[in-house]
Amino acid sequence: MKKIAPEILVIGGGAAGLSAAAEAASAGAKVLVVESDLRLGGQLIKQTHKFFGSKDEYAGTRGYKIADILLNEIDSFKDSVSILQNTTVTGYYTEDDTFTAMRGEEEVFQIKPQKTIVATGAQERLIPFPNNDLPGVYGAGAVQTLMNVYGVLPGKRVLMVGAGNIGLIVSYQLMQAGVEVAAIVEAGPRIGGYWVHAAKIRRMGVPILLRHSIKKALGEDVITGAVITGLNEKFEQVGPEEEIECDLICIAVGLSPTTELLSQAGCKMMYVPQLCGNVAQRDRTMRTSNPAFYTAGDASGIEEASAAMVEGRIAGLSAAAALGYPTEHGKIDEYWSRLESLRMGEAGARICQGIECVLVKGWEGASHE
Amino acid sequence: MDEKVGPGGKGSKLALIEEHPILDFVHGEKVRFFFDGKELEGFEGEPISMALHANGVRIYRETAEMHRPRGFFCAIGKCSSCFMIVDGVPNVRTCITPLKAGMKVETQHGKGNVPDLNDGRPRS
Repeated sequence: MKKIAPEILVIGGGAAGLSAAAEAASAGAKVLVVESDLRLGGQLIKQTHKFFGSKDEYAGTRGYKIADILLNEIDSFKDSVSILQNTTVTGYYTEDDTFTAMRGEEEVFQIKPQKTIVATGAQERLIPFPNNDLPGVYGAGAVQTLMNVYGVLPGKRVLMVGAGNIGLIVSYQLMQAGVEVAAIVEAGPRIGGYWVHAAKIRRMGVPILLRHSIKKALGEDVITGAVITGLNEKFEQVGPEEEIECDLICIAVGLSPTTELLSQAGCKMMYVPQLCGNVAQRDRTMRTSNPAFYTAGDASGIEEASAAMVEGRIAGLSAAAALGYPTEHGKIDEYWSRLESLRMGEAGARICQGIECVLVKGWEGASHE
Repeated sequence: MDEKVGPGGKGSKLALIEEHPILDFVHGEKVRFFFDGKELEGFEGEPISMALHANGVRIYRETAEMHRPRGFFCAIGKCSSCFMIVDGVPNVRTCITPLKAGMKVETQHGKGNVPDLNDGRPRS
């Protein structure tokens, strides 16, 4: 079987992975980026809204344009960054420190890198309700892929489940694409996302129903509607119920970090609710308990793309430094201060609590066996 | 918009976004492929499931035990919901597998049989 041996393997070509690759390459390292999707840019290419955050992370620029900026940067390191798209890393074998990967569905090969940056992103969560498996119940990311990447209409009329930032933003994007949004239901007592996004939705006349959830989806083979219900303080379905006609139910109830490869590599994992799941412990260089593994972006905890890019920079810089490439002194501290400024505010405070749980000062006595 | 023959009937259009306030969509070359024997049109190089969805096809497989219909869910190759048989190969993640001219895409019933690698099955 073919085996390739890059200096640094970056798994995931999204916001974190591309930033990591650019940073490592700028320090002089040779990098291989492996991306399972057909296109690079991860979730950035699906975002039509202008980003918040700080100027350093392209605040005021639309998400898909930020992807272009990162891809241009990667392009300037053509000699040191190689990229495999439509390629999925399928497992890690500690016996010989080797990954298995497949390009398309048939070409199988191995990768044995010196350092690995896991920037595998996240996966969509689903909530339980009858018929939640019917075609037409799509994750918010899938809806974005359909309409914002490939220009395919995801449906005619949608019920949005979840009023966090993703639920609000995707609702607005659906309206931009010409899809009618019947309502947004949110189980919590208040809107989770930014006020400015919610205000845009409300100005368009779309109801945001707080303390409401979906009771069941309707349809035989595909979605034809949904029954929504009011909830009490204990999230029990107490009504009133209402039937909504729709051919699309969009689930925006959150994401879970994609961390299987980190677990397989023996990285010490920890369940951190504030980071939305099981994530790897890491030090300030984004190194995990396995000295050959780094983590960045949503795989290290669900957060906004701006933070993912900075974490990617830290991981890329650290991996290059660990291989002996000279890096600018104090740069990691500078990146951390950028992270701190991105993490100001209410949502950021929760992230900081989570980070405090998983961040270790050093690996004495905790190193990888 | 070109005409096509699909589940939507002869002359129905691909369900594409024609006007968007921010995005311009650049599609690949339009090619013909087969879905359960029917000839459909889609854009080469774009994921198979996107082409099917644009043709109004929502059901991609049927589960092994409960015989429940499945469409896609995550569209990023992580959830396994959109598995189909493509050119005789089962369990293909159609959300991240590019469409090619002449491809034979079939609804997958159950787990699918892994083809004998020595039978020289045709590849498009």
